[in-house]
Amino acid sequence: MAAPKKGRSASAQSKPGRSLALILIAIVGLTGAMFGSGNTTPRLGIDLAGGTSITLQAQNEPGQPNAINKTNMNTAVDIMNRRVNGLGVSEAEVQTQGTSNIIVNIPKGTNSEEARQQVGTTAKLYFRPVIATEVSGGAATATPSPSASSSPSGKATGKPKATSSSSASPSATATSQGRAVTDALKADSTPSATASSSAKASTSPSPSASGSAAASDAAAKLQAQYAALDCTKKTAQNTAGKTAKASDPTVACGKNSQGQWQKYVLGPAAVDGTDVKKAQAVFNTQTAAGWTVTMEFTSKGAKKFADITGQLAKNQSPQNQFAIVLDGNVVSDPYVKEALTGGNAEISGSFNQQEAQSLANMLSYGALPLSFKVATMTTVTAALGGEQLHAGLIAGAIGLALVVLYLLIFYRGLSVVAIPSLMVSAALTYVIMSLLGPTIHFALNLPAVCGAIVAIGITADSFIVFFERIRDEIREGRSLRPAVERAWPRARRTILVSDFVSFLAAAVLFIVTVGKVQGFAFTLGLTTVLDVVVVFLFTKPLMTVLARRKFFAGGHKWSGLDPKGLGAKPPLRRTRRPAGPVAGPVDPKEA
Amino acid sequence: MSKIGSLGARLHRGEISYDFVGKRKIWYGVSILITITAIVGLAVRGLNMGIDFRGGAVFTTGKTSVSVTQAENYASRAAGHDAVVQKLGNGTLRIQIAGMDTTKSDETKKQLAKDMNVSPESIAADLVGPSWGDEIANKAWQGLGIFMVLVVIYLAIAFEWRMAVAALVALIHDITITTGIYALVGFEVTPGTVIGLLTILGYSLYDTVVVFDSLKEQTKDITKQTRFTYSDIANQSINGTLVRSINTTVVALLPVAGLLFIGGGFLGAGTLNDISLSLFVGLAAGAYSSIFIATPLVADLKEAEPQMKALKKRVLAKRAQAAADEELAEARGGVGAEEPEDATPAVVGPRNQPASRNRGRGRPSGKRR
Repeated sequence: MAAPKKGRSASAQSKPGRSLALILIAIVGLTGAMFGSGNTTPRLGIDLAGGTSITLQAQNEPGQPNAINKTNMNTAVDIMNRRVNGLGVSEAEVQTQGTSNIIVNIPKGTNSEEARQQVGTTAKLYFRPVIATEVSGGAATATPSPSASSSPSGKATGKPKATSSSSASPSATATSQGRAVTDALKADSTPSATASSSAKASTSPSPSASGSAAASDAAAKLQAQYAALDCTKKTAQNTAGKTAKASDPTVACGKNSQGQWQKYVLGPAAVDGTDVKKAQAVFNTQTAAGWTVTMEFTSKGAKKFADITGQLAKNQSPQNQFAIVLDGNVVSDPYVKEALTGGNAEISGSFNQQEAQSLANMLSYGALPLSFKVATMTTVTAALGGEQLHAGLIAGAIGLALVVLYLLIFYRGLSVVAIPSLMVSAALTYVIMSLLGPTIHFALNLPAVCGAIVAIGITADSFIVFFERIRDEIREGRSLRPAVERAWPRARRTILVSDFVSFLAAAVLFIVTVGKVQGFAFTLGLTTVLDVVVVFLFTKPLMTVLARRKFFAGGHKWSGLDPKGLGAKPPLRRTRRPAGPVAGPVDPKEA
Repeated sequence: MSKIGSLGARLHRGEISYDFVGKRKIWYGVSILITITAIVGLAVRGLNMGIDFRGGAVFTTGKTSVSVTQAENYASRAAGHDAVVQKLGNGTLRIQIAGMDTTKSDETKKQLAKDMNVSPESIAADLVGPSWGDEIANKAWQGLGIFMVLVVIYLAIAFEWRMAVAALVALIHDITITTGIYALVGFEVTPGTVIGLLTILGYSLYDTVVVFDSLKEQTKDITKQTRFTYSDIANQSINGTLVRSINTTVVALLPVAGLLFIGGGFLGAGTLNDISLSLFVGLAAGAYSSIFIATPLVADLKEAEPQMKALKKRVLAKRAQAAADEELAEARGGVGAEEPEDATPAVVGPRNQPASRNRGRGRPSGKRR
């Protein structure tokens, strides 16, 4: 198990300087990074530092009068919670208020605009086949022939019925929407090619298309809409195709790679966001596409995707394209040359890292069952008054001072090892927490501060176990250097076995749970790992170095390792020894 | 050397040792008593769940000059328990109070308006749902369940199943006591409390494992000797790690005690109280149960093993033999140079103790470990 099987780690023993140098470099490096990044304090949770409170109001949609109900609201809360608190460490709070409002509290120092987009965006994702497209406001307003709007061959069946809804964040669409290309298709398509395809808007429909009477009626309407649509207008960008049902063809707007607005006629959705199993933001170094979002489909989704791409591949441009539509806007309209059966797709566009990550986040956690509009957005003060934090800090400082005092009295010279060990551990914890603020939105709330204080106890325990082992060895009559080397393997095993249990707790809770429990698990795991790091790379090597010093090796009275003070066995063993029966022999008892 | 330092030396030599295992029935009794009190407390008073768990009402005032502290006082008086007050960016106050229905929130609203000297219409009242929803709670239970199973498997492999059982009992003991005291004190349960409890869970197991590790080491070759029963060695092991246990507990408890007594007591930091109380009680219970409950329990379970029963028989026989020899020696008038109080059965101790220590302790390190 966690216990080392044999031998003492030769490197730690013979080259203590190396370990010490390593941990020193780590501290200096991390501290440098901390100052370099400008985040010199950990981000504090909303209870300690206050933050921003966003009130979102659920929007009634035409045709769905009963959509705002308890179930949908609770689902929305869960999804929003995951979006803003993906790793459970950001300390955001999401709760319902009244019947149709959701409050989202975000700690200070979070980009509240970004957070607003994250919670407010509905994130309905559809893959729709392109029927016609052209640069909006461009030269020819070529209209598709009516038959072009009939169902394309790639139509999928059995789609869940859902209505796409308006995006709560118009500015989000303006910034994050870009022309994108599925990387899987990259080999045979270039984004710029589509721009020129606008002239072919009137290409013949796909051979297998079958129009019906109703379809042609709808098609005429769609054609009119398409003709009238001017995607360079802001209102058009924000409304076009927003309310279209997944099973209906629609018009939509999107920005191409040249930054021009383009308008589309799109077929019914073939694959949708619920078919996405997992999405991830990745930096694509191979194709220089920058930040992209890769998606992994569920097995059902992968089949649908393979079907549609297989169908589209037979078509002529632009009907061999499909559009990735997010909340009504086309973010990407890649070409298809052959059926894509891998079950993966990639959305690329002019994303920056944050946009890619939040898009991936939204796709992973699914679309909101309702659409929301931001009703109010305001700052809030800390839930725990400033005086409480102050009182807590004073009390904590006094407590720590008492710990130092205790160690000084009890371990005397050994506190040269003990106190710096605590300091190294505290410094590493502080610096890493500060650095995690901007990277994974880690925020420190009051329970986490208390947890960190308990973690000090666990760190202290590691060297207390070690010191007591050394003292036991000295009591056996050994001199310091062999005592240290003999005590270490046994102390090490104890430390590893017990820390493994803590780490197991942290790992399981982190994987399984959500929200604040997950945040706790993260803190526990971090401090446990740091405990092991500090003991192995700092406490033990420092002890080895100090054992060579005369002050300690000679067992100076103040070294904390004075054999006489510890009651080591006198050299003449068989002289008078005080009687010391263990309890057992004196008092044999029944089991 | 400080007092505890020499205590360490004397514990090490076995000069003084407390019979933890022998007096286990007393400690079992104490624990059962506390646990029953805790369960009764839980059953009778119940846990006072906060707004994060059961929702409540949120009142938004108009722009006001009332300070946050004042509003806190008004709100807790109007509602009968603690309230969370936050100042919003536009100068208004947001007051959150747990466990309110529509009628109660209307009354509270009127009372608040009266206290704050504003018209009731200027205060908007709304019911809020829990931020610690069912999903978080369910997942947390699920996570705990999986962890418990894994940790028992791990302990059963790394140690043995008896120790896994004992560690689990100690863990349940600690958690029950902590929640029970929490119920008795009547503090509101916040997410902080839950995090505190989880911290306890980790610490309790950690501490037990440290004690068990030494127990395992000392009982490795127990069947190859006939001087001590399993219980004797378990007791020696506890005494051997006693200094470590005391030191660790002191170091872990001091800062929490600082938070609880200085921060909460003198400086009056309300919310700090609930977290530090659960931590303080839990840490103390965790340290206590490792020594007084978990290890004696392992000894009990072990002594039921046929192997250990046989060992005990041999040990007792040998002791009887030694005592008989002793009497014989005394009868011959050869009273030793030892002091009188050490004379009778304790002679077994001085003669055997160091030798056994050399076996128990010296042997593993004598290998190439």
